[in-house]
Amino acid sequence: MPVMSYIQAVTQALHEEMGRDEKVYVLGEDVGKRGGVFRATDGLYDKFGEERVIDTPLAESAIAGVGIGTAMYGLRPVAEMQFADFIMPAVNQILSEASKIRYRSNNDWSCPITIRAPYGGGVHGALYHSQSVESVFANAPGLKIVMPSTPYDVKGLLKAAIRDDDPVLFFEHKRAYRLIKGEVPEDDYTLPIGKADVKREGSDITVITYGLCVHFALQAAEKLAEEGIDAHILDLRTVYPLDKESIIEAAKKTGKVLLITEDNLEGSIISEVSAIVSENCLFDLDAPVQRLAGPDVPSMPYAPSMEKYFMMNPDKVEKAMRDLAEF
Amino acid sequence: MAENRHEQLGLSDEKVLEMYRTMLLARKIDERMWLLNRSGKIPFVISCQGQEAAQVGASFALDLEKDYVAPYYRDMGVVLSFGMTAQELMLSGFAKAEDPNSGGRQMPGHFGQKKNRIITGSSPVTTQVPHAVGFALAAKMQKEDFVALTTLGEGSSNQGDFHEALNFAGVHKLPVITMVENNKYAISVPVEKQIACEKVSDRAQGYGMPGYTVDGNDPLAVYEVVKEAADRARSGKGPTLIETVSYRLTAHSSDDDDRTYREQEEVEEAKKKDSLITFKAYLQEVGVLTEEREQQLEDELKKIINDATDYAENAPYAEPESALKYVYAENE
Repeated sequence: MPVMSYIQAVTQALHEEMGRDEKVYVLGEDVGKRGGVFRATDGLYDKFGEERVIDTPLAESAIAGVGIGTAMYGLRPVAEMQFADFIMPAVNQILSEASKIRYRSNNDWSCPITIRAPYGGGVHGALYHSQSVESVFANAPGLKIVMPSTPYDVKGLLKAAIRDDDPVLFFEHKRAYRLIKGEVPEDDYTLPIGKADVKREGSDITVITYGLCVHFALQAAEKLAEEGIDAHILDLRTVYPLDKESIIEAAKKTGKVLLITEDNLEGSIISEVSAIVSENCLFDLDAPVQRLAGPDVPSMPYAPSMEKYFMMNPDKVEKAMRDLAEF
Repeated sequence: MAENRHEQLGLSDEKVLEMYRTMLLARKIDERMWLLNRSGKIPFVISCQGQEAAQVGASFALDLEKDYVAPYYRDMGVVLSFGMTAQELMLSGFAKAEDPNSGGRQMPGHFGQKKNRIITGSSPVTTQVPHAVGFALAAKMQKEDFVALTTLGEGSSNQGDFHEALNFAGVHKLPVITMVENNKYAISVPVEKQIACEKVSDRAQGYGMPGYTVDGNDPLAVYEVVKEAADRARSGKGPTLIETVSYRLTAHSSDDDDRTYREQEEVEEAKKKDSLITFKAYLQEVGVLTEEREQQLEDELKKIINDATDYAENAPYAEPESALKYVYAENE
């Protein structure tokens, strides 16, 4: 099975979906001739032409809104926001329009759009090229939010997002783009949106997280295994709506739960996960639910000292896992 | 006898009578909605009154079998032209389950009906403009020859989505017509405090498209300019911005009191130019509308609206638990 990087899996999924269905097309800033500032849409312009790989004006609400119009018509747009931080001008289109089109029309209209955006820090991106923005959207029924951690999941979930009949926000960790590599089948496959995935079986503590933090937890788990601590790791993969069943099952498995996000703590995705565990697992818990997250400051600063202080890393995760195991 | 203008535009006597009938139907449904609101039967009304000529003139200039429209909340004349019925509008007014716009989920004026190519809308203004541009982009990509029309108020032309969408349409030369129905007021704020340029259509230059301002009380003038824009769009020459100037004859909505911000003399003056009066006079002068025909029309529309009101009033609401349906596709 070929090994590829996280971003190569994005590119391969796009190539395959555009080849499979002529209604699939890409729009965004610099996605055409340049192939994207991160090169996620590399080769699409040459293969499918400027009509299906559209370099748009620099205007995020139009990227979302025009995409939504084509989706309502019956096309399958894949819109790219150059950075998740720049999605804000499109929030009205995403929350007031895309998420509510099916509901408000009583199922007469639908909006099968996929909006991709690179998120996350650790790339010297400072306040506005580092943010995690998922919690902004994670209270909007009608939307789905997918945040894969591995190249295998990227390909299967991006293809599923494009084929989904409802709007999907697809957030890709930009530090994972070239850092994370893994085996990806060459054949056509999709993975279910809305399903979490056990990335490591264990019996002492449960870690529930998503995105790049999954890898930090896996690394930490290998170290802790040498000390006799056996971690169970659940990758949420879809952060909205949450896979409650898998969360409850994973929490009950060990009775000690650590939730991790790179986002700011208060009001984050893991806050909702914590509520699910609290409501359903009280008598199975052997320790208070622990949350490990970024501090509640606006975003991570530019200077390496402060960025490192904010950013999640394997050492912080390892310490939190050990502390919980020893509780 | 007055000069026959509609024949010069290629419109038959029957066609202009149909236009007048649609304008009158919109006005009469709207008036009935106000009565129902003031008698406590429906919670909310937002009016088309004063804009029927622009709405019907523009719609009749399109291909009503294949073109799409992304309307705004005053566009009763547009949706009637596109095929929505009086009964369906009344079902929306009463928020009943059979309302084709939303099944009673949205306030009246939030139009949408896929079978008639009326694109579903929301309350935040101007979000529909990029959607119409999207439909036009789809037409270009799929090599279909339909045109997308979108409408909005002059206040809404200040939103970022207006600028972003029209620029996109201009760059990609898309078959979309944006029609700003300038009724002089955005709730209480007059047009002078909304836009710094003389005409909304002046903005077209910045988007690389032609811009026209026409008399919004004259359905034939609106028909002519929209027809030309549709022809340009269909032949690959790109988008057009059109401003129709008329006057909002009612308060903003049933929850507004316009006496707090405008003089009633101004409203009375505008009523003299009401298209329902001036277009009727034109049709009479050119001998198309007789007294007898007018009476027949009044009787016919009265019956349609009475029947629609009775039907909608007696129709069931959606089941309470149906509020949980259609968040996502249900084939999953």
